[in-house]
Amino acid sequence: MNLTELIVFLVLFALVTVVGFVAARWQRGDLNLLDEWGLAGRRFGTLVSWFLIGGDLYTAYTFIAVPALVYGAGAIGFFAVPYTIVVYPLVFLLMPRLWSVAKQHGYVTASDFMRGRFDSRGLALAVAITGILATMPYIALQLVGMQVVLQTLGIAGKGIIGDLPLIVAFGILAAYTFTSGLRAPALVAVVKDALIYITVIVAVIAIPAKLGGFGHIFQAAAAAHLPLTLSPKAFTAYATLALGSAMALFFYPHAITGVFSTRSTEVIRRNAALLPIYSILLGLIALLGYMAVAAGIKVPVTSLAVPVLLTKMFSPWFVGFAFAAIVIGALVPAAIMAIAAANLFTRNIYREYFRPDCSPRQEASVAKWVSLFVKVGALIFVIGLPLQFSIYLQTLGGIWILQTTPALIGGLYSRWFHRSALLIGWLLGMVLGTWMAASLKFQSSTFPLHIGGTVLPGYAGIWALIVNLVIVVVLSLILNAMRVSNGRDETSPSDYVRAEAAVPAVD
Amino acid sequence: MSSGRETRSRRGGWGWYLLLIIPFIGTLFPGMYNALTPTLGGMPFYYWYQLLWVVITGLLTIVVYLATR
Repeated sequence: MNLTELIVFLVLFALVTVVGFVAARWQRGDLNLLDEWGLAGRRFGTLVSWFLIGGDLYTAYTFIAVPALVYGAGAIGFFAVPYTIVVYPLVFLLMPRLWSVAKQHGYVTASDFMRGRFDSRGLALAVAITGILATMPYIALQLVGMQVVLQTLGIAGKGIIGDLPLIVAFGILAAYTFTSGLRAPALVAVVKDALIYITVIVAVIAIPAKLGGFGHIFQAAAAAHLPLTLSPKAFTAYATLALGSAMALFFYPHAITGVFSTRSTEVIRRNAALLPIYSILLGLIALLGYMAVAAGIKVPVTSLAVPVLLTKMFSPWFVGFAFAAIVIGALVPAAIMAIAAANLFTRNIYREYFRPDCSPRQEASVAKWVSLFVKVGALIFVIGLPLQFSIYLQTLGGIWILQTTPALIGGLYSRWFHRSALLIGWLLGMVLGTWMAASLKFQSSTFPLHIGGTVLPGYAGIWALIVNLVIVVVLSLILNAMRVSNGRDETSPSDYVRAEAAVPAVD
Repeated sequence: MSSGRETRSRRGGWGWYLLLIIPFIGTLFPGMYNALTPTLGGMPFYYWYQLLWVVITGLLTIVVYLATR
């Protein structure tokens, strides 16, 4: 343990804690309402949303896992770059429509939209459960990102005492999420991203300079037998992983929560153009994996590659700074994910099935407590179960979320898809995707599809989605031809393109 | 985009959205860029090509945003 490292780390962590609690007073709203606690009143402008959504999607786990994959497997790890490229055209096209209809009808979750659009409790429940199941392991993984850094700092070890720093950090997070709602991660995200950008910019300039330039780094990686380009057999896997991950990303509950908290469709459209700045950052972070190889870093688990590289390359105060950036980088998405899961549970399970007559105040109160339970659950998960469990479940989570996209995207653009067809397609997609992942023993999400005599390896989520879509189209044709009721659609075409709401800006 | 003025109007500019297909073509066919050379500042082609597409996609999105505002 290095004292300077630790002090810098603790000072920054304390600063963020203050920011988290102060956030409750920022742009005051009645935090006893779900729209205020869980969506910050849908008032965020371009800049705040940029920090919030950026901090939400480019998580601490990403910053550890992506370079770790490059460090361990080479070129395939770079799929995070095309993934975070193609996601933004999708955001630009889809999210303004979703925001508009949600604003018009007061939807807080994607599941609310399913309920209103298809008049289907089944579809609403399917989307809610998928969202909650996919989010839980994702929160756990944020904790894993924190744990890795705390271990490298030397303040976390074995047993309950060893987990204490993690428990304390998470307890603080839970407390200010409870009191401030979505305002807390939004304000913390501004601090977090400032730290992250400084860390990464310094790292990608200083480390290559120390290691003799990028040419030297790539030579060293090649000498260590890392593949610097893809094997042609991996092309479909690379492309389907990037496309499938991109399609799933913005239908994760925490991404929807970030999008719904914006002030207008203009804010979303501008952010689709500005958020790629984070993708450049991610690409550079990915290269830290090769830098770790070139610096001769040998670690037992690949996730330690970047923390150890930073420790080796920089003076203690900067290491403390960088580690604080990563840990705070885990707090922001963890908070938003817990809020998103709480919104889903409260709106689409508690209110729908247990207390249909609950008041807006009760609704917000339940959501606050649920956000707390969700975090405690994730903490128990990480402390009590092997790390590999969270990673498996997170892999499954992406596959699952992808199976909700026919209903969500179909619902946004067309009245043709039949609700029962969408529900059956979803169910088969979930079963098939889970089966494929299980048959790979959850080690990989790349499933080798045998077509005739050739083998096509690709993202299991995409294969399941194709089957899902075929079922949806065939059954919609049949059900529509039989004139089976498709429910009462409470939305009208103009709801999807309605102009901006007149609320004051927060920037 | 033959009717220039029409496509610039707020609702009529759907043709501009076709520009957003380009990033998918540019990045989802790795066979096009799976090469070590030419390098840029020591970085193999595979890496700087994909990073370059982040910038191109951002710029394309800005164009579409401005054109369909």
